[in-house]
Amino acid sequence: MRSVLYLLTALSVMGLAFWAYRENYRTQSAISEMSDIQRQIGRLREDLGVLRAEWAYLNRPERLRQLVNLNFDKLRLVPFGSDQFVDVGQVAFPIPRAPEAPTAAAGIPTERPAGYPPRRPQESTP
Amino acid sequence: MIRTPLRPLARILRARETGENPDAIEAENRAQRHAAIQEKARGSARTRLFFMSCAFAVAFGTVGAKMGVLASSQPSEPRVQTTGAQIISQRADITDRQGRVLATNLLTHSLYAHPQQMVEPERAAHELKKIFPDLDLERMLKDFTGKRTFVWIKKKISPEQMQAVHDIGEPGLLFGPREMRLYPNGRIASHILGGATFGKEDVASAEVVGVAGVEKAFDHWLRDPANDGAPLVLSLNLTVQAAMEEVLSNGMKVMNAKGATGILMEVKTGEIVAMASLPDFDPNDRPRPLLKGDPSDSPLFNRAVQGQYELGSTFKIFPVAQAIDLKLVSPTTMINAKAPMKIGKYLINEFRGHNYGTLSVTDIIVKSSNVGTVRVAQLLGAERQKAFLEKLGFFEPTPVEMSEAPTGKPLVPKRWPAVTSATVAFGHGLAASPLHLATAYATVANGGRRVEPTLIHGRNRRPGEQILSPEAAHIAVQMLRQVVVRGSGRSANVEGYEVAGKTGTADKPRPTGGYYGNKVVSTFASVFPASDPQYVLVLSLDEPSAVGAGGESRTAGATSAPVAAEVIRRVAPLLGLRPATESQLPMVERPLPDGLKLVSN
Repeated sequence: MRSVLYLLTALSVMGLAFWAYRENYRTQSAISEMSDIQRQIGRLREDLGVLRAEWAYLNRPERLRQLVNLNFDKLRLVPFGSDQFVDVGQVAFPIPRAPEAPTAAAGIPTERPAGYPPRRPQESTP
Repeated sequence: MIRTPLRPLARILRARETGENPDAIEAENRAQRHAAIQEKARGSARTRLFFMSCAFAVAFGTVGAKMGVLASSQPSEPRVQTTGAQIISQRADITDRQGRVLATNLLTHSLYAHPQQMVEPERAAHELKKIFPDLDLERMLKDFTGKRTFVWIKKKISPEQMQAVHDIGEPGLLFGPREMRLYPNGRIASHILGGATFGKEDVASAEVVGVAGVEKAFDHWLRDPANDGAPLVLSLNLTVQAAMEEVLSNGMKVMNAKGATGILMEVKTGEIVAMASLPDFDPNDRPRPLLKGDPSDSPLFNRAVQGQYELGSTFKIFPVAQAIDLKLVSPTTMINAKAPMKIGKYLINEFRGHNYGTLSVTDIIVKSSNVGTVRVAQLLGAERQKAFLEKLGFFEPTPVEMSEAPTGKPLVPKRWPAVTSATVAFGHGLAASPLHLATAYATVANGGRRVEPTLIHGRNRRPGEQILSPEAAHIAVQMLRQVVVRGSGRSANVEGYEVAGKTGTADKPRPTGGYYGNKVVSTFASVFPASDPQYVLVLSLDEPSAVGAGGESRTAGATSAPVAAEVIRRVAPLLGLRPATESQLPMVERPLPDGLKLVSN
């Protein structure tokens, strides 16, 4: 009886030792993965900072002014003036595009050229 | 233990037989007993002390051991419980009110050398000279071949330059990472931002410290990791600032001025939307301060905050507004403004020897009558005039958040006799910065509630003290409107924006005393729109002269007022102010489907 108890205790100690060993290595790999990711985040933040700086540099008013002057004959941009205020009611919105006239072929499944997949039902609904 | 009786019968009897005093035996026994008790108490106290000292030794030993461990171990980031917010740059960005970047950091490298590790020091020096033409070749050769073990070569280099240095292939040339401060907009808002430089330097990193402007005033805040990398949001609007600087520099050229400054401030909050001072500089490459001569000649000098100018007739509205507030006069009260007026031994004259006779209070402002203003100021008395100017903030440096602000302390006369009171009424004898003037005008335009200038956006602040009744403030703004409608500021009128303002032309004082005859500071202080004041614009030109049809003119009405009008014309739409016009707004026609335009007569 006693020897069985000893054996079970020894086995459970070995099992626990094995478990602790594995947990230790898993924790360490998780930690190193995390520090990798953080290093990556740091690098990406750095890149983001560079991109933000570049965006601000490219959008600096001096450069925009030069670009406007260069492209004046195409865009004709002038400084925003007080005569450009208009009430919303006075703006004529473009005429909504007329719905496309239903073609005779709609509804009737047509033969597609060879190589095309067959028409699916949601493709034909407007 | 057997207790010894105090008076043992045997000894007592023996003592009585021999005729001794039995009390001596009792005293002896008592002393023995006390000695035993004392011995016992000492023993227990010793044990207690021993335990106490053990406890102290353990406690202090633990603390000491922990300190020792902390001091001797290598520092490492806590790797297990970290959040992403910790990975931020060491100095926060600065943005304008819409989040556009005004200052940010960029990672570059610095270049240094270990001459002892160099293989071919002479070749390295020659190659470096090719890459960086501004380096001193002689000095480098001396450093590289001498006994030095460490030499800084360049603080900041670009990636291309770094590659070129790599290509030299010299093992003694080394790079260290550097975070440098970058101002992507160049010269825009340079005086406000100031600039930054390296503080303590090391091979692995260097701290960036602000040297002027907002960078210095908020140095601690910008470096505080507790902000989680949140940017410093200034009240500036980059578009407006750029537009104002462009108009100002053009105006400065047209008016042949030496310098120019403009301040645009929100009336309700005191937030500075744009503040420029020309000539300016590039904060990425901050020039050195002048060591001799007049500091105001340096581009580093911020005229808007540090300049101390006698701001001339723009001051006239203050005694008049105060007199109206105290119900001493009304806008229609007639005042005797006969020139010249004599105070003590001084004569007060009008501009160009005019004599206006009797004027209403409104016309005193419209025609900018010196004598009339002095009469109104005399009604107030020196004490009340002084107290009011003090409440408007003319006696203290402005509280704006820049490191230069405390240097802009106004020059206030120490004594306040009748003649000083008279000259201060029309803006001479008290020198203040344009920012002071803008603050005072904002206070008047804000219905008489005191406004404090600030550069920080969206700050919660207590409403200011009421120093002028709203009615008097309203009347004062309407008077200023009259100046632009029919007075000296006609050239500042902008259709639809109801500009209200006052011109001011002040002779420049000579450094040796007295005034120059042909050098002036012309100022235009304005509020718009007059019906509901939203913004204050103060524009000042240093030594302008406009050449017009009537010959050369230096008055503010001919120099700074038209420039101010141009600024308002450009900036007001950008601020989203709609013009108040009586004419119909244009109709936007619907484009015809065939792309043709209907034309009719």
